[in-house]
Amino acid sequence: MSVTSLPLADRQKETPSRTMAWYDWALAVATFVSFPAALYGAFVYAPTEAVQGDVQRIFYFHVPIAWLMYLSFFVVFVASILYLWKRGDQWDRLARCSAEIGVVFTTLVLITGMLWGRPIWGIWWTWDARLTSTLILWAIYVVYLMLRAYSDDRARGARYGAVLGIIGFADVPIVQMSVTWWRTIHPQPVISLEGNENLPPQMLFAMLVSLVAFTLFYVFVMRQRLRIESLKGEIEEIEQLQESER
Amino acid sequence: MTTFPGQVGALLWKDLLVELRTREILGGMVVFALLVLVIFNFAFDLRVDNVGGVAPGVLWVAFTFAGILGLGRSFIQEKDGGALDGLLAAPIDRGAIYLAKLLGNLLFMTVVEAIALPVFISFFNFGRITLELALIVFLGTVGFAAVGTLFSAMAANTRAREVMLPIMIFPISVPVVIASVEATALALGGSPFAQSLGWIELLVAFDLIFGILCFVVFDFVVEE
Repeated sequence: MSVTSLPLADRQKETPSRTMAWYDWALAVATFVSFPAALYGAFVYAPTEAVQGDVQRIFYFHVPIAWLMYLSFFVVFVASILYLWKRGDQWDRLARCSAEIGVVFTTLVLITGMLWGRPIWGIWWTWDARLTSTLILWAIYVVYLMLRAYSDDRARGARYGAVLGIIGFADVPIVQMSVTWWRTIHPQPVISLEGNENLPPQMLFAMLVSLVAFTLFYVFVMRQRLRIESLKGEIEEIEQLQESER
Repeated sequence: MTTFPGQVGALLWKDLLVELRTREILGGMVVFALLVLVIFNFAFDLRVDNVGGVAPGVLWVAFTFAGILGLGRSFIQEKDGGALDGLLAAPIDRGAIYLAKLLGNLLFMTVVEAIALPVFISFFNFGRITLELALIVFLGTVGFAAVGTLFSAMAANTRAREVMLPIMIFPISVPVVIASVEATALALGGSPFAQSLGWIELLVAFDLIFGILCFVVFDFVVEE
């Protein structure tokens, strides 16, 4: 039985994912330093917008979160292709974790958007092109997570997830195009928010700081999430080894 | 072994034969589609003044919901009978399985539409079925069935499979539904063909992109 117990003992000694590496600590520090900076930029440094007033400050969070939403789902797409192509479990974990974070960010985009829309447009929600396509995007990736949860076999769940990760992302531009056409044919109920081309440099700077903070946060959460996943995998392996020793 | 078209033909014939003998799918789909038309008539209280705006949506809800019924059976039937393993063990191209299932689903949905569309036209007093309308219905159905066939194979192997199929299909097929409803509204309203051309092009693009994409990734869904 020593044949099977040896790798188990080895495993316990050298598990790279057990503790956080120095660069993960550096990432954590950078993330938690950049968020106060982003808050300062949004609430103090950036000038108050002339028309919308302080309400507009939600822009410094809404836009970076929206950007991360697209980044997360792009990562799901790329990792899904790599999984079907190379078949490494790490690609599957990357896709799944990025989808989870992406759904959180999409939910936040919808919520911050509604909070912004209520005082400015006077309504929580309108079936505007961008809002509608974001909602559909949210639905696609919530279904992705459900599909993962409902697949009993792990390898099969990974393959199905990868397929939906690819199909879902390929659908995004078509959804956006169809929804935009759909809305431009009907009367436009609200003023578009696309007036930000001439953003004052201070506003742009505050937004970029926030963008950096949220991107660091994404990478940090992602790495921690992956660490937990690989620890889970290790626990399963150890349990299987113990099972076979008994 | 037979050629690729031969394999597709054999598989399609098998599905048609099964349907002819069991009559499990088609009858239910047709009755369901007709009932949806009736239910929506009550739900929206369709009268002459609002029928033009609501009816195209009602029509596509009937088509897609009935389509879900058929698509759901498509692979569950194989799996429950243990026939899917046999199908996968057979020396045939996996792509042929997808194509045969797609054609079968397309055929079932077309039969349903061929019955439900005239009923719809007469229920809601729209003149007649034009070639344009038939084209729109066909293109919309192809796109819906293309993603539906792929998801049907996936849903058959998951828990809560009856729930998973519709919630996978509907978000992905949003462009198909929007384009089909808008084009149908234009066609029923008697607008010139050039107006609905943009939507028809969108349908063609969706059909091509997702037809090819689903055909390619189907191999990964059934490999085991």
